[in-house]
Formats: sequence, structure tokens, C-alpha cells
Amino acid sequence: MVKNSILKKCNHEKGKGMKQMVSKVMMGAAALSLMLAPAAWAENIKVGAILAVTGPASFLGGPEARTLEMIVADINAKGGINGNPVELIIKDSAANPEKAVSFAKQLIEEDKVLAIIGPSTSGETMQIKKIAEDAKTPLLSCAAAEVIVDPVASYVFKTPQKDSDAVKMIYKEMNKLGLVNVAVLADNTGFGKAGAEQLAKIAPEFGIKIVEKESYDTKDSDLTAPVAKIKANKEVQAIINWSVAPAQSIVVKNVRQAGWNVPIFQSHGFGNIKFVEVAGAAAEGVIFPAGRLLIAADLPADNPQKELLTQYKKNYEAKYKENVSTFGGHAYDAMVILEAAVKVGGNDRAKVRAAIEGLQNLPGTAGVFSFSAQDHNGLTIDAFQMMTVKDGKFVAYNGTGK
Amino acid sequence: MTTELFVQYLFAGITYGSIYAIVAIGFNIIYNTTGIINFAQGEFVMLGGMISVSLLPYMPLPLAIGLAVLITMVVGALIEIVFIRWLTSPSVLRMIIITIGISILTREAAVHIWGDNIRSLPYFAGNEITTIGVLGARISPQVLWVVGVCGVMVCTLHLFFKTTSVGREMRACAANRTAAILCGINPRNMVTLSFVLSAGMGALAGCVMSPITYTQYDIGTGLAIKGFTVAILGGLGNSGGAVAAGLLLGIIEAFSVSVVPLAFKDAISIAILLLILFVRPHGLFGSGEAARLKAF
Repeated sequence: MVKNSILKKCNHEKGKGMKQMVSKVMMGAAALSLMLAPAAWAENIKVGAILAVTGPASFLGGPEARTLEMIVADINAKGGINGNPVELIIKDSAANPEKAVSFAKQLIEEDKVLAIIGPSTSGETMQIKKIAEDAKTPLLSCAAAEVIVDPVASYVFKTPQKDSDAVKMIYKEMNKLGLVNVAVLADNTGFGKAGAEQLAKIAPEFGIKIVEKESYDTKDSDLTAPVAKIKANKEVQAIINWSVAPAQSIVVKNVRQAGWNVPIFQSHGFGNIKFVEVAGAAAEGVIFPAGRLLIAADLPADNPQKELLTQYKKNYEAKYKENVSTFGGHAYDAMVILEAAVKVGGNDRAKVRAAIEGLQNLPGTAGVFSFSAQDHNGLTIDAFQMMTVKDGKFVAYNGTGK
Repeated sequence: MTTELFVQYLFAGITYGSIYAIVAIGFNIIYNTTGIINFAQGEFVMLGGMISVSLLPYMPLPLAIGLAVLITMVVGALIEIVFIRWLTSPSVLRMIIITIGISILTREAAVHIWGDNIRSLPYFAGNEITTIGVLGARISPQVLWVVGVCGVMVCTLHLFFKTTSVGREMRACAANRTAAILCGINPRNMVTLSFVLSAGMGALAGCVMSPITYTQYDIGTGLAIKGFTVAILGGLGNSGGAVAAGLLLGIIEAFSVSVVPLAFKDAISIAILLLILFVRPHGLFGSGEAARLKAF
């Protein structure tokens, strides 16, 4: 089979003349196919991953890479998927879209992976969405922006919850608290930009008015000046801050340092306890929607995610001596989805793609996934839970603001 | 604009500005004795913050900061001895490439030692939400720490160069290396000392600013660019100019927020850098005549 496909490819490429060359190439290809054949029989399931392990989004890519290494080792220790070992190839994009593009091409064309997990950021994912689609290689993005799966590309999926659902959760809470005029701060990453767009788009639906709007650089280290500007607008009743960068903790801190006791809402990008640690006392009372991983231990026993969440948290924290974050969970979900799909579809890109669309009620860290041809995210608004920070810890938000 | 808002912007600007000024002075000290720009200057700031955070669990805060500054000074000395000292009359370009290499090396070492997490020291006084009122504006006490420590550092440095014999020897090397050698000064030791000094200053700045800005393995590059802008703006080698230019840039950045979107903040400082390079390459406070006499 391998031989045939190479011959076809050679014929296709060299078919425009140069007949003498063709026979030589064919002989070479035949020899090559003999060398390649045994590797094909061993049926390693090759999974590529493009993650921002270093660079400005390392707090996403770092936990994601470590999670993947841990869970793939687990799968292989149990004998792989359908008896075939998983071979994981992690590429560090450092959150650079150009690197993500070249890694995507390398993984698809040279490593011939079955599927790609990642990238970590929305900006990178949008750059390689078309590449994965054209190469008919399933892409399971760990990035949050809704544009990744809307419009749907048949080979592109994403595991984090929808931005628009996060926005709706926040606006619902604001309606309950009677807050109308809001200032929106967002970082200048793909995630921040997409979030700000969703916030503006959905606001009228909930009667919310955005009266101030600022975007900041992920590397900004002090945001006192923009906070002062927003504070000067007396209309502002609440702040919504949309970011995945450490700068989001600085926003919170600068608001409180300005002596401003305004309610602060954050996006699901706040779901890393590190952001709480560095914001210290200023993080108390911040309200944000997130997956249930952060409060795994407090979930009722009949929750379908409980067992998986506590298990993941325990294993990860024991192995890497650091707190689990929802971001690592997105990679976990990608691998769980892929594992389930490979069990059905085998080591075949098109069949795996179809199998993912058929997955129903699969518990993951972000929620319970049910995919369809129209829904390549598989999560509903129920995947979110409103949370807040109390005594330096994430707890479920009970609606009192305290 | 209300007084409250004005004061708030002003303090934000002074905070950024003093940090830029310290980095710029670090550039200047090394430039004065060696004639090169040490692009690893931002990494000294990062090291100061990182080391003090690591030492904190084992000792009280002042001791952790002191020790972190000392360790960074030793690192500064080692860098000079290993990479720079043995070079005989290297070209400016080669020296610059070497310092960029050192900067990348330090950053990579830091990510391996400390990982990619953000860290910070606790606030020296109060906590994250403590504020004090100044003319109706609210500022964190840490801002006063940053401004105060930077001010004391600049004054001490000035006295050191003006009154002590070692300081005078360093200035002699800066003014005329050959004449300094003839007077019995060892310029190589002065170069090492300049690395130690600027490493120490950077590290101390890294410690006091850490509660406000956080420390991560890669904060050095951004600081180095801003510090470089300020050093050029104030006139390379002119420390008083660096302070003035640092505060100026910081305040311009802070006030720019009220006119243009925040996203343009960095564009403004780079535009200023370009403008200065075109119009007054010797800086706002530097002497054009002196600049022409220098190799770089």
C-alpha cells in the first residue's frame, strides 16, 4: 500500500515529461517502500502537539505539555490504544504563529502524524486552521476563541469552553447583581481580542452597556494609568477583564490599589491559581466562570466529571509538584477525545475525524463532551461554573459577592 | 482632567520612569568604562527579582534582597571575567553580539532553574490592596519604595563617582583609557567593577519593583529596550540625563493613555527613540561634541 501511494505521488509529480527520470524514481521509491513497510506494520499512533511550552504563553503550554506527557505514558503503560503504542511529538512554538505554521507543516508532511493537539493560543490556531483542513489532519486545539470552530471546519475541533458561553455566564451574573455599565479590559492576544468582540456582540442581549474599553499588551507590567482613566468615568459599575496573561493579575491589583472597590469579573483565562497567588489580597472576590477542575474536591459525588477530575488533579500534582490548572486540562481533554476516537476509527485520519463527531457524553476536565457535525466544541454552557476567590483559593460562587 | 487623575497619571509615570532610569544608568556605567552597550542589563534586573524570591523562604526579606544583590554582583563579575576580560581590543560590533548572547544564555538558564512561572516578592509595607492617599489620588506604598530606592541609588552612585578614589579611577578610565593606564590604574579591574556595579543596581531595582510588576524569566528584554531608549534619550553615558529622560518617558507613557489607546504605549516610546536618533543622536542632555569623539 505504501508502495502504491508513493508511486502514485511520483507519477503525479513527475508526470509532466521527463520519462527517463520516472523509472529511476520508481525504482528508488520501490527500494524506499521496502524500508518503510515494517514501520507501517508496527502501527505506532503518531500524535503531534504544537504547544507554547516557553514564551509569553508558557503558563498555557507548560501544563499542557506536561499533562500530555503524563497521560500518554499512562496510555502506553496500559498497552496503548487498541494495542498500538502512542508516539507523542511535542513542538514548542513559544506562542509564535509563524513557528506554529512551520511545525504544523512539518508534523503533517514529514512526521505524518494522525492528529495534532494544540496550539495553545487562539492566534496560532487560526493560522493553522486552514493547513489542517487542507491536509485532512484532525486538529484538536487547546485554545479558547470561538472563531476556531465557528464557522466549522470539518477537521478542526477545540476542547476549551466557548467564549460566548463564558460571556453569557458573566452577563447573567451581572443582571442578577443589577450591574449595567461596564468597562472592558482585554489583552492584545487572540484570546483577548476574540473575548472583547464577544462581549460587545452579546451585551445588548442582556441589556449591558460597555462604557469604557481598553486593550493592553501581555507584557505590560503596570496598568495604573489605564485603570485611573477608567476610574475617572463615574458611570462604570463593574470591570470585565479578558486575558490569559499574567497582566490580568496586575489589572486586579491596580484597581484595588486605586482604592476602587468595584466588582471585577474575569474570563475563564483566570483559572490558574498562580494568578491568584501573585495578585494576593487583591484577587479576593474576583468573579469568573471556569471549568470544574478547580473545585474538583468540592463537587457532589454524583457529578460525572468528579472521578476524572480528582484523579487528574492527584496524578498531576504528585508528578510535577505544581498546582493543576484548567489549561493543562484542555490538553488532557484533547488526548481523551483522541483516544476515544482512535478506539473507534483506528489509525486513519478521516475515520478518526468522523469518530470524534460521533462522540457523545464523554466526560473531560472542561465538561461533558457531545460532538456533532455542527458542534466541534461539544460543550454547553453547563460546562462552566461561576467561581470566586476566597482566602487565596478558588471556591464556587454562591451569588452573594462575598 | 481633574487633579486626582493628573496626580494618578503622574505617579504611574514616575514609577515606570524610575525603573527605566535605573536600567539606563546600568547601561551608562558599563558604557562609560568599556564603550559598549551591555544588552544583558535587563537580565540583571530579572536575576535580582528571581534570586530574592527563591531566598525568601529561608530568611527575612531585607536579608534575602541583600544576598540576591550580592549574588547578582558575583554573576556580573563572572560574566565579565569569562566573556569579556580576555578579549584584546574587540570591535564594538563583536562586544554587542557577545552581550546579546549573554542575555539569551542568562534567560535560558533562568527558565531551566526557575521555570516559566511568574513570581513576586511580598509588598514591603502592607499588602496588595494597601493604598495611601496623595492629593486625592490613591497609590500603593510600594511606589514610594521604588521611587525612594531609585533616588537613593542615583545619589549614592553620584557621590561614589565624585568623592571616592575608586569612583574617580573609573571616571578616569572612561575619560581616557591610555592616560588612566599611565597613572597606574588597571582599566581591566575597572571594567569588572563596572559590571559588578550595574549588576548590583539592576538586581536591587529588580527586587523593589518585583511586588508591582512581577518577575518572570523573560522580563529582561523589554526592560533593556526601554532602558536603552532612555539611555539614548538622556545622552549615552550621562547618568543625570538618564534620570531625567527616564522620568520624562515614564510620564509621557502614562499621560499618553488619556489621549491614545493603551496599545500605542510602546509605539510612543519607540517613536521617541527614532526621533531622537534622527534629530539629536547625542541625546537630549548629551554633548554633541563629546559624542563625535567617541567610537560608538
